[in-house]
Amino acid sequence: MAAAILETRGLSKTFGAVAAASNITIEIAEDTVVGLIGGNGAGKTTFINLVTGYLKPTSGSIRYRGRDITRLAPRQVTRLGICRSFQIPQVFDTLTAYENLLVGTGIVDSKDAAEAAETILARFGLAPFRDAVAGVLPEGVRKLLDIAMALVVKPRLLLLDEPTSGVSAGEKFAIMDLVLQAVRAAAVTVLFVEHDMEIVRRHAQRVLAFYDGRIIADGRSEAVFADADVRRLVVGEQPC
Amino acid sequence: MGHVLAVVIDGIIYSSWLFIIAVGLTLIYGVMKILNLAHGSFYALGAYAAASLVGRWLSAGRAPFGSYAMLILAAILVGLVVGPLIERGLLRFMYGKDEIVLVLVTYAVFLILEDAIKLVWGVDAYFVSEPYGLLGSLSIAGLTYPVYSAALVVVSLLVGAAFALALKRTRQGKLLTAVIQDREISAAMGIDVRRVYLVTFTLGTMLAATGGALTAPTVSVVPGMGVEVIVLAFAVVVIGGLGSFAGAALGSLIVGMVRSAAVHYLPAVELFSVYAVMAVVLIARPKGLFRALEARKI
Amino acid sequence: MRAPDRTEKIALLGLFALLAGGAFLPQWALFLVTLALAKGLVVLSLLLLMRTGLVSFGHGLYYCLGAYAAGMVGQLLHVGDAAVMLLVALAVSCAVALIVGLLLASYRGIFFAMLSLAFSMILYGLLVKSAALGSTDGFNITVTAAAGASLSSASRRYLLFALSASFAAMAAVGMHRFLGSHLGRLAPAVRDNELRVEYLGASVRRVVYLNTIIAAALTGLAGALTALVVGHIDPEMAYWTTSGEFVFVAILSGTASVLAPFLGSLLFELLRSFAYQYSPNTWQMVVGAAMLLVIMFLPTGLWAVFGRRGKRVA
Ligand SMILES: Nc1ncnc2c1ncn2[C@@H]1O[C@H](COP(=O)(O)OP(=O)(O)OP(=O)(O)O)[C@@H](O)[C@H]1O
Ligand SMILES: [Mg+2]
Repeated sequence: MAAAILETRGLSKTFGAVAAASNITIEIAEDTVVGLIGGNGAGKTTFINLVTGYLKPTSGSIRYRGRDITRLAPRQVTRLGICRSFQIPQVFDTLTAYENLLVGTGIVDSKDAAEAAETILARFGLAPFRDAVAGVLPEGVRKLLDIAMALVVKPRLLLLDEPTSGVSAGEKFAIMDLVLQAVRAAAVTVLFVEHDMEIVRRHAQRVLAFYDGRIIADGRSEAVFADADVRRLVVGEQPC
Repeated sequence: MGHVLAVVIDGIIYSSWLFIIAVGLTLIYGVMKILNLAHGSFYALGAYAAASLVGRWLSAGRAPFGSYAMLILAAILVGLVVGPLIERGLLRFMYGKDEIVLVLVTYAVFLILEDAIKLVWGVDAYFVSEPYGLLGSLSIAGLTYPVYSAALVVVSLLVGAAFALALKRTRQGKLLTAVIQDREISAAMGIDVRRVYLVTFTLGTMLAATGGALTAPTVSVVPGMGVEVIVLAFAVVVIGGLGSFAGAALGSLIVGMVRSAAVHYLPAVELFSVYAVMAVVLIARPKGLFRALEARKI
Repeated sequence: MRAPDRTEKIALLGLFALLAGGAFLPQWALFLVTLALAKGLVVLSLLLLMRTGLVSFGHGLYYCLGAYAAGMVGQLLHVGDAAVMLLVALAVSCAVALIVGLLLASYRGIFFAMLSLAFSMILYGLLVKSAALGSTDGFNITVTAAAGASLSSASRRYLLFALSASFAAMAAVGMHRFLGSHLGRLAPAVRDNELRVEYLGASVRRVVYLNTIIAAALTGLAGALTALVVGHIDPEMAYWTTSGEFVFVAILSGTASVLAPFLGSLLFELLRSFAYQYSPNTWQMVVGAAMLLVIMFLPTGLWAVFGRRGKRVA
């Protein structure tokens, strides 16, 4: 097994009486694709928020490539090579799709920023929307743009929060294929949150199941989907 | 020791005056999310209306004690005429715009009212000090104060108590609190936000006018008197936390005491001190003393 | 060095036209245009802040600081050289912005506006009570020389005009380039979505801080220029109504082009001086009404009238 790129130990986060994450201890191996499943409120987004420093854990620690990153801010975490996409797309609404990416590539490397932005635009099939203002793009395209922006900073670990939510059922598979192709081309370790079990089965080498802030199953997808708890607590209440 | 007492008493009087004005400002902001720069003009309108009404009353040779009724009448009139006029005639077309744009809208109203006042009342000063002297004076620990000032403190306490009771005990008050806390949900619950806005703005205007009307007997009523008031009232509500009633009370007390202390001990820093306090509070508590920071969901 | 684009060409052409035409303007018009150009610098600095998503109701702070810095060079050091006065003004406003900006950088929206206002009112409160600086009356300031050479009064007027025009053109071109740079593009990014900016690895605080300082520098310079042009300064320059007026002109101009602030400023000075001339008692009313009309019917500013219609402006 390859070295762990991400390692959390006893990671917990409580909001008042709600335990959004409790005692999460996992290791994620370099160069794998991990699916994260769980019902609404299971703590999936909270986990991503914790790892990327948007939330500070109540207790526990996070290591990235051997380095303690527990209390770092999102900006610092990003600079170390972890980036994320958002359940609700976070884009620059008054800028065009191209300018959105240019902001990112300009931060990373100001010399070849324009070229890098064009490349990513093309790789995500966003070229037709190049000069459209992000605020008026259809939700599916905004979602893609959001993911593309996470890749702009050339992360080694990418956390995708429901990349296909808000995308029509017919387009889901195509989008996920496109995203993972783009991601794999850059040799990035991926953790993605997904409600559609077909997509998880198809792409994840390993599946983590969350319930109530805890890990209830972890392993290869067949094993996890066969698990009684998962069937009852996650798949059973899978929305839509 | 006597000096300290004088500072405290002056501070209380000054705070009371500020509170009446600031509570209207914070009410309007809390409910409508409008930081109303025209509030100072409403204050000035109250003062002018009071000067006119009291002047007429007295020159008609009526009972001097009736002039107090004229002060109140002036505030009510200004509130009922100006409030709805501006809310229905102008502000309602602006709802949904950015908070800063709304500030500018009220700035425009302020500019217009400043000149309107000059057109109606001219540029000469008005004096109506009768209601001020009529009540005589009282002495506290060897210091003499006009009873009128004591009355001002009482009025302010009454306004505060009325607000506290109305918000906690009455249906309308609870509706108001609901709107302040969450506009969308209250609209979804079927609260008539339109009416709430109209009533709020009228009430806020009336409070500013009350402040002006009660001040009229104690000063010369001159053009530009509202400009300074607005920046002080701002400091008060920003210190207390925009939209918070308890904050307006505490903010008034802080600003009142600070200013009173400055006036007594270091007159050179009078205005400076008020803003220094505001800056310090904002730096320590970015949203004022009585407002929690809300987290964003992503 | 890249070739100048359309905006830059217009700015430079405008400068030449002004420099040539200025010699033929009657004295009152020269004065008005000079003032409009100087104040246009303040509006340009507000444009930068507005692109960053911020509105300052306290720009009077730097405007007044720049003016007093220039004035005190004259009064205390007995130096009447315009170059020295402007440099000192620039240095002082930058120095103050380095500190004030640090405090302001964590605020947004109405709180940024109000805290700025508080700082400007602190200065106002101090100046009003400083007898040595003339309290509410302020004091007069005169330029006697420019970069060593002494001046007659007619040449002084033209020199100040030419200075204002050159600063305006340089600032417009510089701002245009800055906004088109990677660093400058972070301004609208911060306005639109701070979270994403941080998740791209840039510091929102630093962007706000930098832009606040640039804005303060421009405003301080404008304050000093205004002081030299008018020949008199008083604490009113720090009062909140002065700042409010700048914000109005900024809204009037819109944020679409770096040239708009200067046109907006010119329009406003014209409006004001005519309103003042024809109805001295109601000029504020005229300005207020104009403000409401702009907010209602031209929410993106006057530039929308000339600008390419339909295309969304970034
Ligand atoms: N900032 C917050 N403040 C208070 N409670 C929060 C906060 N963020 C999350 N929670 C709570 O923590 C729990 C986990 O939320 P989280 O958003 O992580 O769930 P999720 O698995 O991403 O769900 P979904 O599928 O709906 O996105 C929920 O009960 C949620 O209400
Ligand atoms: Mg989630």
